[in-house]
Amino acid sequence: VAHTGRTVGRLGEGDWDGKVSEIKKKIKSILPGTSCDLLPDTSHLPPEHSDVVIVGGGVLGLSVAYWLKKLESRRGGIRVLVVERDHTYSQASTGLSVGGICQQFSLPENIQLSLFSASFLRNINEYLAVTNAPPLDLQFNPSGYLLLASEKDAAAMESNVKVQKQEGAKVCLMSPDQLRNKFPWINTEGVALASYGMENEGWFDPWCLLQGLRQKVESMGVFFCQGEVTRFVSSSQRMLTTDDEMVILKRIHEVHVKMDHSLEYQPVECAIVINAAGAWSAQIAALAGIGKGPPGTLQGTKLPVEPRKRDVYVWHCPQGPGLETPLVADTSGAYFRREGLGSNYLGGRSPTEEEEPDPTNLEVDHDFFQEKVWPHLALRVPAFETLKVQTAWAGYYDYNTFDQNGVVGPHPLVVNMYFATGFSGHGLQQAPGVGRAVAEMILQGSFQTIDLSSFLFNRFYLGEKTQENTTM
Amino acid sequence: MWDLVLGDRRINSLRLVARMWNGTRGIHRLGGAVVPEGNQKKERTMLQFLTNHFYDVEALRGYLLQREMSKVHMKNRFRDKEWIRPDKYGHFSPEFWNFQEVPVEAVDASDCEINYEGLDNLRECVLLKELQSLLLQRCPHVDDWCLSRLYPLADSLQELSLAGCPRVSERGLACLHHLQNLRRLDISDLPAVSNPGLTQILVEEMLPNCKVVGVDWAEGLKLGPEEQPQDTASPVLA
Repeated sequence: VAHTGRTVGRLGEGDWDGKVSEIKKKIKSILPGTSCDLLPDTSHLPPEHSDVVIVGGGVLGLSVAYWLKKLESRRGGIRVLVVERDHTYSQASTGLSVGGICQQFSLPENIQLSLFSASFLRNINEYLAVTNAPPLDLQFNPSGYLLLASEKDAAAMESNVKVQKQEGAKVCLMSPDQLRNKFPWINTEGVALASYGMENEGWFDPWCLLQGLRQKVESMGVFFCQGEVTRFVSSSQRMLTTDDEMVILKRIHEVHVKMDHSLEYQPVECAIVINAAGAWSAQIAALAGIGKGPPGTLQGTKLPVEPRKRDVYVWHCPQGPGLETPLVADTSGAYFRREGLGSNYLGGRSPTEEEEPDPTNLEVDHDFFQEKVWPHLALRVPAFETLKVQTAWAGYYDYNTFDQNGVVGPHPLVVNMYFATGFSGHGLQQAPGVGRAVAEMILQGSFQTIDLSSFLFNRFYLGEKTQENTTM
Repeated sequence: MWDLVLGDRRINSLRLVARMWNGTRGIHRLGGAVVPEGNQKKERTMLQFLTNHFYDVEALRGYLLQREMSKVHMKNRFRDKEWIRPDKYGHFSPEFWNFQEVPVEAVDASDCEINYEGLDNLRECVLLKELQSLLLQRCPHVDDWCLSRLYPLADSLQELSLAGCPRVSERGLACLHHLQNLRRLDISDLPAVSNPGLTQILVEEMLPNCKVVGVDWAEGLKLGPEEQPQDTASPVLA
């Protein structure tokens, strides 16, 4: 039985909402003048109880919901609620993403996550099949990523490629001569080495993945609610560690979900809360009291995830690189890829710390393209000296200021809040793997397939960085 | 060519023509199972109709097919010996093992349900380092992901055919640029390609030494207003 996800009742009949309004009309006609409060309309409110509440309905949140339902040992065994405050996803990082997937990382965990995601995307119609729905077309371009390294980064790139090959990624190193041979439109000045992903790398349509996940997850019986989480009600417990130190452990009991444009809210009793709020994860963490304590202590360690604005520009260049073009990431940090068949390209560049733009809005900075992106592109690809910008947009990275890698797993003190956020620009490509890891952690107590212990929250307090050293 | 008398009927227009032998593909035509071309279609359906209704016709066709097949085996021999076949128990003779070192030059996997994992065997196999021709026509599971697996064959592959594969799109064709030794590429009849004419041009630019077959450049283009056929009845302005 396909759930609509809006009504709480499980009568199995279709038009419950319609029947309710009919009944109300009948009562009104029998007893005119009396207001009928017997059956107030609560269809927009979330259920009053839910085993898991996922804060954030982007690709990470939906991926966790999917895997929770997929790995539950009894059908209908776990009730999941996804709370998303903007159903148009106008500012969500997922939809605004460039949609790339690549395995060229230095950490084995990241490589594993990306490899699993590639196989998930390849078999997406087996994973996300819904009866009577058409198959998903991700529009995947298997053209790969081409990372360029200057003299000083060449050694790091070589050792990274070694690790990638060990983990099973199909990446090869190329010298400047080989580069010129394969891609004649590249100017190899300043490039000492390049790494090229031959398989399982490329880009796809993130909207399609999001819609596919949303559709599948609804059919699996996950509840959706459009609202904002405004409060956590938790209870504390004092415990002693093995060193006889006092520790205060918190458990969240209730999540208050506030409706749009009103003061109405619904308290949802829950057992587990998942923080998948992307760029706004720190606010959700703060609501749970994470970081409220003396600095330097575990209670005082905040979630170091903040929104960072990134611009993406689309331009037209009639003599530009051909169909074989991979996603090229230059030594300067500028990147570009083809978009469609019509000589259009899209790309951008990550700003340096000093150039970091103001994240309060998503207005595109066109001057940034003129001054900081175009010169690098034109240097690397001489054909790009003549181009015309067609359109541009901006989106947020859920940027982990500590080590630019994700935060996964439970918080040590707020024991039932699990994180799935902070991926700093590679969340989309790691979402399937991370979703599975969090679901395994919740349902089976530990990571089963990919061990993401180095992504736990503890590292922020202990000061141990899980850092990527790639140029991406 | 001859007229047939079947039972009491004389059919004038029936022509049982022994099909021209033109390579391994023709053998399917005798069984009447392959894509018909042009006006052979009418003959085919007539033939099929008769085969379904008259045992004589069926037996005759079967006999002719067997004759053609034995002719093939006479003409095409594997290193001057008979083809190596499994015996009635499905076992191969021991001399088959002598051919382990023989490189495979061509693989015809058309209409075959080969998928992404299966292609791994095709390209990892040591013997296939000299594969020159790979035919994957009308394979229902070959998609863009599969095409990204073909690059190990770059040194030897000269001919590739993807005609009629329902899942191959222009995004998968972009991976073919690794195959620099390719001389013949067939990309006709790909329903998932959004703009066949433009795709053909882009693929030709990507593989300059390769003859790309299958699509007409003008496909999908409409005639401009000045190219519309003139109406000869109206007076021509000087």
